[in-house]
Amino acid sequence: MPDTSTIIEFILIIVKAGAIAMVLFGLPLPLTWLERKIAGHIQVRLGPYRVGPHGLLQPFADMIKLLMKEDIIPYKADKLLFVIAPLLAMVPAFAVFAAIPFGEKVTIPGLDYELTLYLSDMNVGILYILAMSGLGIYGIILGGWASNSKYSLLGGLRSSAQMISYEIAVSFAVIGVVMLANSLSLLDIVRAQGGNILHWNILYLPVGPVWFFIFIIGSTAEINRIPFDLPEDEGTLAAGFHTEYSGMKFAFFMLAEYIAMVTVSVLAVILFFGGWNAPFYIPLPIPPIFWFVAKVAFFIYLFMWVRFTLPRYRYDQLMNIGWKILLPLSLVNVLVTGLMRLYL
Amino acid sequence: MIEQFFFYMFAIVAIVTAVLVISVRNPVHSAFYLIVCFLQVAAIFILLRSPFLAAVQVFIYVGAIMVLFLFAVLVLDIGREQFRERFHGQTVPALVAIAGLFVVMGILLVSGRITAPLGPFDEPALMKNTEVIGKSLYTSYIFPFEIVSILLLIALIGAVVLVMRERGKENKD
Repeated sequence: MPDTSTIIEFILIIVKAGAIAMVLFGLPLPLTWLERKIAGHIQVRLGPYRVGPHGLLQPFADMIKLLMKEDIIPYKADKLLFVIAPLLAMVPAFAVFAAIPFGEKVTIPGLDYELTLYLSDMNVGILYILAMSGLGIYGIILGGWASNSKYSLLGGLRSSAQMISYEIAVSFAVIGVVMLANSLSLLDIVRAQGGNILHWNILYLPVGPVWFFIFIIGSTAEINRIPFDLPEDEGTLAAGFHTEYSGMKFAFFMLAEYIAMVTVSVLAVILFFGGWNAPFYIPLPIPPIFWFVAKVAFFIYLFMWVRFTLPRYRYDQLMNIGWKILLPLSLVNVLVTGLMRLYL
Repeated sequence: MIEQFFFYMFAIVAIVTAVLVISVRNPVHSAFYLIVCFLQVAAIFILLRSPFLAAVQVFIYVGAIMVLFLFAVLVLDIGREQFRERFHGQTVPALVAIAGLFVVMGILLVSGRITAPLGPFDEPALMKNTEVIGKSLYTSYIFPFEIVSILLLIALIGAVVLVMRERGKENKD
């Protein structure tokens, strides 16, 4: 019979996993509204305005629409893969959050119990996250193939080529951060950036900013957002890999995409912007989680901003950026970082 | 007890999917089952207290190599490529190889050179996993490590040479 502390820990893990999953399921609702509002304001129009005040209830209307829609499986589609592809896209996106820390320990007032703000502090945390987020690609490839449609297949093919090209650059950027922190654990990476803003990896000159730009460009390509959204290029591929999907299956793909964006924002904050550390000493009791959420929110906004500002790259440009610019740059940068770590 | 239950679960799924890889007719389905099989192997690595190996298994094999596999398989004309003959007359060599593997594994197991850590999870050993792997790779196993590096380098150069020859032909045409 296990003792009570083990049982409490076990229950806490389940509660925390449930809480994270609920937040992630709910997050796309405000994010879709925000994205359309930002799009509207950047393009000098109002965005959604009809459902609720300032269109606030629009996401709920969209959700009801997606739930009620007819679920079509194309004739001659590969039924099994067509049905599980959306899940293959969505499950890894959620699984990534098992390793993401949101803060150090907090003591619950009144109960005097120390609660850790992460599910698990994995020794190989960052590797796990890279591995898991790489799995989401199968939903796109297999979904594209199983639809038995040329647009979908081409979208799937494009995304696999894009993913392979940019995964390398992103991994190198992560290697750079691991070299700076001497650890693969995300908690240690954040702890290594403790203190004030000068200790953040982005300000580890001159390599920090280079790593950050390699990371952010590579990740944008990996989560298929503009300017790298070639797998769903409307002009040439209809809707790309999800052309044949409708209703809830389509919603799963959208959900995975939004969660991937949140994941990349969270990773950018943890790897380069000091996680939950405050930028400078403030003599006020601001909880660290505030800094974390604020920084993540900034990056989410940045992604939306970029989306409605830049045009899409051509396919050959995409390949050139990945292989001829980012890859050599990261190789040189690994060398420079290594020398700096050894001799500085 | 619980560990054994999980081991058998992963092992059974791994074997079933491995058999499916070679027995289903559609190459895309084969690739899909191979992905599932690799994931089970990664899970077994975790049971063997090797989180680093597990993460790398998923990252390299499932995340990169299988994507390339699928990329190649998808551009095949699946309609005609449905294999009429599934085993391509390789049944006998395959059975011989399996028998050989069983013999080698049996010898290693009986002589006690392969053991699996059992019992409760050992926290410090687990936390130092990456460090231990790095140290042994760069000290006691440096020679095989370098040989593998050279092998990979040769493969890389070979790929480049193949592409260059193709390009030369195009120019002649």
